[in-house]
Amino acid sequence: MTIDLKTVKKISKLARISVDEEKAKKLESDLNSIFEFIEKLNQLDTSKSKPLTSVVDTKLQLRKDEVKSQNIRDQILKNSPDENKDFFVVPKVVE
Amino acid sequence: MSNILDLTLVDLVEKIKKKDLSSKEITKTYIERSEKSKKLNTYITEDFESALKKADNFDNKPNFDKKLPGIPIAVKDLFCTKNIRTTAGSKILENFIPTYESTVTNNLWNEGAILLGKLNCDEFAMGSSNETSFFGNVQSPVGEKIVPGGSSGGSASALAAKLTPTTIGTDTGGSIRQPASFTGTVGLKPTYGSCSRYGIVAFASSLDQAGPMTRDVKDCALLFSVISSYDSKDSTSINFRREDHFKKLNKSIKGKKIGIPKEYRVDGMPKEIEDLWQKGINIAKDAGAEIIDVSLPNTNYALPTYYIVAPAEASSNLARYDGVKYGFRSQGENLIDMYEKTRSEGFGNEVKRRIMIGTYVLSSGYYDAYYLKAQKVRRLIKNDFDDVYKKVDAILTPSTPSSAFKIGEKTNDPVSMYLNDIFTVPINLAGLPAISIPAGHDQKDYPLGLQIIGKAFDEQNILNIAYSLEQEIKFKNKMNDWWL
Amino acid sequence: MSKKQSNYIIKRNQNNYEVVIGLEVHAQILSESKLFSSSPTKFGAEPNTQVSLVDAAFPGMLPVINEFCIKQAVKTGLGLKAKINKRSIFDRKNYFYADLPQGYQISQYKDPIVGEGFVILDLPSGEKTIGIERLHLEQDAGKSIHDVDPQNTLVDLNRSGVALMEIVSKPDLRSPDEVNAYIKKLRSIMRYLGTCDGNMQEGSLRADVNVSVRKIGEKKLGTRCEIKNVNSIKFMQMAIEHEANRQVDVIEEGGSIDQETRLFDTKKNETRSMRSKEDAHDYRYFPDPDLLPLEVSDDFINDIKRSIPELPDEKKKRFIEKFSLSAYEANILVSDIETSKYFEEVIKNSDVKLSTNWITGELFALLNEKNLEITKSPISAKNLSKLVNLIKDGIISGKIAKSVFELMAKGDKNPADIVEEKGLKQQSDPKLLEQLIDKVVSDNQDKVKEYKSGKEKLFGFFVGQAMKASSGKANPQLINDILKKKLK
Ligand SMILES: [Mg+2]
Ligand SMILES: [Zn+2]
Repeated sequence: MTIDLKTVKKISKLARISVDEEKAKKLESDLNSIFEFIEKLNQLDTSKSKPLTSVVDTKLQLRKDEVKSQNIRDQILKNSPDENKDFFVVPKVVE
Repeated sequence: MSNILDLTLVDLVEKIKKKDLSSKEITKTYIERSEKSKKLNTYITEDFESALKKADNFDNKPNFDKKLPGIPIAVKDLFCTKNIRTTAGSKILENFIPTYESTVTNNLWNEGAILLGKLNCDEFAMGSSNETSFFGNVQSPVGEKIVPGGSSGGSASALAAKLTPTTIGTDTGGSIRQPASFTGTVGLKPTYGSCSRYGIVAFASSLDQAGPMTRDVKDCALLFSVISSYDSKDSTSINFRREDHFKKLNKSIKGKKIGIPKEYRVDGMPKEIEDLWQKGINIAKDAGAEIIDVSLPNTNYALPTYYIVAPAEASSNLARYDGVKYGFRSQGENLIDMYEKTRSEGFGNEVKRRIMIGTYVLSSGYYDAYYLKAQKVRRLIKNDFDDVYKKVDAILTPSTPSSAFKIGEKTNDPVSMYLNDIFTVPINLAGLPAISIPAGHDQKDYPLGLQIIGKAFDEQNILNIAYSLEQEIKFKNKMNDWWL
Repeated sequence: MSKKQSNYIIKRNQNNYEVVIGLEVHAQILSESKLFSSSPTKFGAEPNTQVSLVDAAFPGMLPVINEFCIKQAVKTGLGLKAKINKRSIFDRKNYFYADLPQGYQISQYKDPIVGEGFVILDLPSGEKTIGIERLHLEQDAGKSIHDVDPQNTLVDLNRSGVALMEIVSKPDLRSPDEVNAYIKKLRSIMRYLGTCDGNMQEGSLRADVNVSVRKIGEKKLGTRCEIKNVNSIKFMQMAIEHEANRQVDVIEEGGSIDQETRLFDTKKNETRSMRSKEDAHDYRYFPDPDLLPLEVSDDFINDIKRSIPELPDEKKKRFIEKFSLSAYEANILVSDIETSKYFEEVIKNSDVKLSTNWITGELFALLNEKNLEITKSPISAKNLSKLVNLIKDGIISGKIAKSVFELMAKGDKNPADIVEEKGLKQQSDPKLLEQLIDKVVSDNQDKVKEYKSGKEKLFGFFVGQAMKASSGKANPQLINDILKKKLK
């Protein structure tokens, strides 16, 4: 399979990474060589194999329903690119 | 002074406990050498001043019950460190200062260690040569303009160049073992679930593990015992009784069954790697181990599987870097514009490439063909190991298919770069522990490593085998301090 | 599901359309802390004060699941008579939004914790069963505030990570009224279970409404539109009404419906397209590698099963059978758990029929007028029970009781004290009443004559006069009996 320029642009949109024409072309060629390599998997019959999502062989540990964290708003907002002391701020969203 | 630099971690601990050396002396010695070694570009952030203060504090009120009393340590900049900038080698986190500490580094400080600084790495640990870092590539002490490997390249380089007595890295597909192999150091990728991932900037959650990078196997056993812990803050952390691997370290491998997988004899593998492998086999045999030929039939599919699973998880893990809460933000006309510019300018090319791969393999219409398929192959790869471990106690392979290469040599060919990890990636996919130990040199005198792969949670066994081989290999670094 | 045809039909020219509705209800789980972090969930806190490093998706932060939230979801599933899946998977739903700090929502996609179930609606036309497709656990997003700063959107992450149950119905609903009944029934069940407070103003209960239309008789479902995040039943009904008519208009004009997400504009009373098709979402679901599959044991489920209280349907059945209530009365008494508790408290010591009348009549009117929940009722169940007993025992008349009730409403006093204080006790002494009636008879000799000559309607006049003379306190039954004797 080949990934065309249109697909590259579609993916970059989904990934929220803007690419200009030149970068898109470079990505197109990179991705094609990578996927050519990945396609090797198609040689393998996996019809009898169950997907493996985790190698961890234990049960999910459950946490008690207890409030443990306090108000750390100053810490939460400390690294924010905006100065606001109460909120995160982003460019106006129009729905 | 130079004596301090030549001491192993274990030696240093002993000398501190005997009061032959002070924490301050050691810390100062490493800082001085680090200051003179900027050419290697190993540090992203130095914390020397406060390290000296902490060393002073230690000396004034020493606690010798700790496992790492007053030992200065620089760590990979993928571990979040409280109030110390943590960048993951990325512009997008260039000014990020965590208010929290990763569990693994916290374990170090709890045992008395002192932070020297944060070491360079590939951006978000994506790379095999430390060339993708926003903070520039790292040079290997092995030779000028030679890569130290990656992604824990800054760690490997700093360790080999004696800028830190010991260090820690993270390994998603070989990021500890490959740079260890390239720099003539020891690197352990523990069993998945052994070391907490809490506070480590995530690359691929189902593969990431932190691990020790050390000068020798004894140091490795000691450091591993410190950083491995159960952590209720990480749902994939496994709760079991952890042994003191250092105390239990033992060089007898008589009767151990060691598997040699035929699939690791890949096409075009340099003869020197073949020879190195054979040397390892011979040493093990001489030490009384039983060598058994085994097969891991799906080895060939590990790398393509990895290049689906890891980018898929990464594409999602890195979605949080969006310019809203922390890190770099580029101004945009609206929210979407801000996102796209921030991520386009904030991430480097390799990271963007992998996010694109990951986004693609998860997208509707392709999920089954790629992601689901990869998960199924991942099962087959794990089954291969399970089958082999019915017959053997450990597996011996080369760590990498080649020695260190020149900076820039592979940057334009992502696939050839990815092939570097061909021997290390299957282990991450199966969640197993593996250690790389220095075992020889190539014709250019660059180090080469051997990898010992164990059963899950059987780190003690591979440490013992590594320890035994180490005695016979008697590896000597051939560095000439060219950068000084 | 039901054999009955809905009477909600949209007519255009020769064509009759029915509307097919499915609901995705988001119900906030009642819990102290969030689904994957230990931050508090209280409503109304200062912005960003209930946010942990996990909730704000700081680098290296990991989710750890809240056991109680799992119990609450299983409990709700059992209340919906649904299948509990012993193994379920948490997935990541990937999309970018300002109030979604991780860039993905942890949700359940292919393997939810709860499978198929149902709820029964009590409609004027009878009962109707609505199928439940699934219930899954997921985390809530934060809140974007668009109307404070003219240039920017402000983000508050207090809600980020709060546990939600998404309850997905089958497309079994056929009218805005059925949607109303469905939401109320769901809310009722969850409030009985204590798994969600159902408070729509505070956003504890929201719904995405899937609407499609088709010509009556057609089997195939039409293309649906999803109306996002409507937060009141009234708006839901308005949105459906508008959307169904819009779709019919499009079809009548020969067009076709685009599957899309729409937003209900409450001010303009219309829905509008939210996202363009080019930007169609591709959520790239995949199992969250930070979490393992969730496994619940039979013991775990059985323990929860044992903790489940009597639910509205069973309670209704019991009320009808045990107390001979009408289906209508039973319905309104069980629909809200607090009302049913109040009712059961009152009838512990009082006549059921009379209590029912007073609760569904006077009390409901009072609460309605004052816009109060029954838990805030100015008259306690205990005192209402006493009032009912005063009537039943003939101490006061129903009429007097109403004025006593009014006084009680001002400060939940013991009705017996009010009767005592104001001297409102019913006059039931026959001798006294006889004297009183004799006076009425002698004062109105002309009326007596008329009555005796056949104008029997005048009987009421005498009763009235007698009551008036007793200041309303006379026992009406006795007055009747004595008058009849005297006027013979
Ligand atoms: Mg929805
Ligand atoms: Zn949802």
